[in-house]
Amino acid sequence: MPVFDLSSTPLRELNSALHALSKGANDTAFEVVNPRGSHAVAVGIDSPVVVDIKGSVGYYCAGMNDGGTVTVHGSAGPGVAENMMSGTVVIEGDASQYAGATGNGGLLVIKGNAASRCGISMKGIDIVVYGNIGHMSAFMGQSGHLVVLGDAGDALGDSLYEAKLFVRGSVKSLGTDCIEKEMRPEHLEKLAELLEKAGVTDVKPEEFKRYGSARKLYNFNIDNADAY
Amino acid sequence: MSYHNPFTPPRKSATFDDHTLAEIRRAAATGIYDIRGAGTKRKVPHFDDLLFLGASISRYPLEGYREKCDTSVTLGTRFAKKPITLKTPITIAGMSFGALSGNAKEALGRGATLAGTSTTTGDGGMTNEERGHSQTLVYQYLPSRYGMNPKDLRRADAIEIVIGQGAKPGGGGMLLGQKISDRVANMRNLPKGIDQRSACRHPDWTGPDDLEIKIMELREITDWEKPIYVKVGGARPYYDTALAVKSGADVVVLDGMQGGTAATQDVFIENVGMPTLACIRPAVQALQDLGMHRKVQLIVSGGIRSGADVAKALALGADAVAIGTAALVAIGDNDPRWEEEYQKLGTTAGAYDDWHEGKDPAGITTQDPELAARLDPIAAGRRLANYLKVMTLEAQTIARACGKNKLHNLEPEDLCALTMEAAAMAQIPLAGTSWYPGKGGF
Repeated sequence: MPVFDLSSTPLRELNSALHALSKGANDTAFEVVNPRGSHAVAVGIDSPVVVDIKGSVGYYCAGMNDGGTVTVHGSAGPGVAENMMSGTVVIEGDASQYAGATGNGGLLVIKGNAASRCGISMKGIDIVVYGNIGHMSAFMGQSGHLVVLGDAGDALGDSLYEAKLFVRGSVKSLGTDCIEKEMRPEHLEKLAELLEKAGVTDVKPEEFKRYGSARKLYNFNIDNADAY
Repeated sequence: MSYHNPFTPPRKSATFDDHTLAEIRRAAATGIYDIRGAGTKRKVPHFDDLLFLGASISRYPLEGYREKCDTSVTLGTRFAKKPITLKTPITIAGMSFGALSGNAKEALGRGATLAGTSTTTGDGGMTNEERGHSQTLVYQYLPSRYGMNPKDLRRADAIEIVIGQGAKPGGGGMLLGQKISDRVANMRNLPKGIDQRSACRHPDWTGPDDLEIKIMELREITDWEKPIYVKVGGARPYYDTALAVKSGADVVVLDGMQGGTAATQDVFIENVGMPTLACIRPAVQALQDLGMHRKVQLIVSGGIRSGADVAKALALGADAVAIGTAALVAIGDNDPRWEEEYQKLGTTAGAYDDWHEGKDPAGITTQDPELAARLDPIAAGRRLANYLKVMTLEAQTIARACGKNKLHNLEPEDLCALTMEAAAMAQIPLAGTSWYPGKGGF
């Protein structure tokens, strides 16, 4: 297994090696040691490679991941797995703001807490947070699922489109046009599937509440101006 | 002795003029502000207020049609492994598929390619037609990230991080539901027929320190190959340019308030941002202060219409220009041949700006298949190429007259200003003097 020690090897070499992987390559598992908060670690992966990062990372770790499985054995800075297309990213610790921002697909699992704007502008990604999430999470979320085992901060789901939000704990406040919605069997089924994928075993889907868009702001109406 | 009854003709208010009155009535009747396309329509100091001096005894001109005048420009020389070289410094500005029809985007790609220049995607992602017909394609990285994906990032020739645009510095956008066809909705991952908001801020960074890391991430994803542009609206050009350079941009794109938009509030277009003319010198000054002029290239846009405008922008220190509105006109926007239909829409050729409604008779700013079919992308692309070539020739003509064998050798010293305002904004001496407002502390 190739091991990249970022205390002595430039980041460019790691990302360049990840991008050079062709179909059927032998080395499909990488280890990164001493990341020391480096930014843009393992970004732009476009193959089903496994990357284990032993430590904490800075901004945009696993950015635009398309098919890779990236695990951070530490915490992640802002924008982890931003714009992910497919694959899996697991953060063993906490994640800073904008986790999973604009993600189109794949699964992001945060085993600690996530800060503000988790899942901002999400476009299909699934995000499971074991702990709590900060304010303005899922702002303008277009599609995908955000599952929170703990509590959500202020203005959850503000200006939400079609992303589905599931929160087990309390929600400090809902954002504009975000409402609590009925949990139907298909939602429980999806939730069970996401919890299983994220390795959550001791929590039942029935413990969650579902939130989604009231769809009142979908077409501009002057009488809704107070909402803006 | 008798006097006629003295008669004072009715006097309309200069403050409450006909347009203002009509707008008050419209707002009262509809309950919504006016949304429209294009850039500012108010008269602002512009390139028309500058003139070239031409050669004389002290400098000699070059022979037209005989002596070379180089027009090429290379963009992205600072960090990118693969800078792009264009035959002409006139590029096509970012305009989205969604705002424009597929045929219109194809025409822009074809025209730009024939003329040896670049075209640019817009909010909504890259289409295969656009990629296929554009030899050099700049991929915009916008706050909405509609359609953003790493594959398109890698098949682009350059990346433009859009922070603002001249028509609405500090503003986002809205593509109204009537223009959201199945294909547009699919590319943006949203339901059909709903208004699509384009955010005004990027979702995963704030401020120049974050931007520096964001640029580094994009370079890492694309293996440091692509030139990275940073586009800003004309607001604080000195500081915005300096911060873009600090953040690691290869190219700064600076868009003045005459630059167009697909749809924004009229009040925003007309009241926020600075004229293009006022933006260029502060931006160039920032580059010079940092020792980066010509190392980080400057592209200026907003109201570029002719080769004279191109030459003036370059003389003030720009490396290239971008055209949007003018390119649309070249492919057929606002053409008098559709006058009857413009009348039905309550407007007239030359004034049509309700691009967001999707009813464009010229088939350009629409997603209606029947209207879009009116635009032949091959013929329209040819027209754009002709126009780009004419502009390039015009700029060369002026440069030769000033004794330059390269467009980029034009300099502020080749210019004089017609008005005090233009003199002050462009820091060019008023014609017949060696002075401009602000010079020498006055």
